[in-house]
Amino acid sequence: MTATMPAPADLVPGAPPPATVLQDVWRGIGSENPVVVQMLGMCPTMAVTNLVANGIAMGLATTFVMVGSGLIVSLFRRRIANEVRITSYILIIATFVTLADMILAATFPVISKALGPFMPLIVANCLLLGRAEAFAAKVGVTRAVADGFGMGMGFTLSLTALSALRELLGRGTLLGVPVLSARYEPWVFMVLPPGGFFALGLLLLSVAWVAGRRKRKAHAR
Amino acid sequence: MTAKGHQHGASASPANPPRQVASWRLLVTLAIAGAASGALVVSVYRITLPAIQRYAGQQVEQAVREVLKAPARWDTLYLVRGALAARPPEGVDPRELPKAYVGRDAAGRRTGVAITAQEPGFQEELSLMIGFDPGSGTLTGIEVLEQKETPGLGDKIETDTAFRSQFPGRIVPLRRVKARSGADRSEVQTITGATISSRAVIRIVNNAVARWRPLLAAFDQAAAR
Repeated sequence: MTATMPAPADLVPGAPPPATVLQDVWRGIGSENPVVVQMLGMCPTMAVTNLVANGIAMGLATTFVMVGSGLIVSLFRRRIANEVRITSYILIIATFVTLADMILAATFPVISKALGPFMPLIVANCLLLGRAEAFAAKVGVTRAVADGFGMGMGFTLSLTALSALRELLGRGTLLGVPVLSARYEPWVFMVLPPGGFFALGLLLLSVAWVAGRRKRKAHAR
Repeated sequence: MTAKGHQHGASASPANPPRQVASWRLLVTLAIAGAASGALVVSVYRITLPAIQRYAGQQVEQAVREVLKAPARWDTLYLVRGALAARPPEGVDPRELPKAYVGRDAAGRRTGVAITAQEPGFQEELSLMIGFDPGSGTLTGIEVLEQKETPGLGDKIETDTAFRSQFPGRIVPLRRVKARSGADRSEVQTITGATISSRAVIRIVNNAVARWRPLLAAFDQAAAR
């Protein structure tokens, strides 16, 4: 290859290894889950997971932004000069966050009110800039969208699991529906910020335990 | 001198030799991206605004109906330069003026007045809709419009119906007590674990009614003349 030729998209240095669309989607949900593996986006993870509805809404809003920004970043990856790429990514992400915020306020005002200041703060979620820089900017549109969707779903699942645990123990309800008997005294601690750390600790512990067991099994074979 | 930008990670590889990008191209890139983003945000804002405003209006309407015990209809009074007026002055956005909603029964008699009031709660501004009878100072009801109190503790001022149902029939100024004696019509029992938030509600009600009663009396006098 001559030095004057720009490298084709597939040979961009640092590009992720080839994978099928399904593998791209699955990575975010499983092996590279944003919350339990990469530990990215901890701020919304802690802040909004006191109710299942809030956790799901935050996860879906983030998914929308991940897919949208992945699509645009990948689409314009050869047009955006290296020197201004971070600025451009943030601008693209911020646009999608603003759209998500307004659409949510118009369609689900109650949830929008509950998420309050954490909706605009999605911009600062390092997961978004991280995936734009490490993945979307180096692959084609299909893979970028698949990765964004997978990461978003992985984020949503983790947030849902966390908020389910916190709402169940902290209020005795799930999605607002009482599930524990009226005699259960809600463990208020769980819906307060320290409960978020506690629940996240439990979630990480169980994930690490399952992963460790799998590893040992594979090793024994 | 700024034209020679610093090359990052990817371009260090021999397959992709460092190339210079003219400053104007960077500017054009960002300008186009900014313009496209702005256009998109503005158009979605315009599309979603009616729904957002409709919801805000509905919330106020619902709260008025709630605190005035379903009046047949209500009139809106606007607070302009320290006095109440039946209609907002020209050139002023009525949404920005403080308002009193005067509830009337089917015969047109005044059944109560609803006002909104904001003051700091435990951690953020607390916004209430308060319904009362300006003559006697008897409350007809209160509703929490907006609160960001501690979930599970302070937010009981909104979720705990036993707390809120104390207010109808109470006479301002309210006094907070740990346990109600029963006979006193000004006592309000605070919520255990949400003392500061309950105190804030009582303070807001007292201040708001004290502020609006003279205004309403002055308006009535002017109307009677």
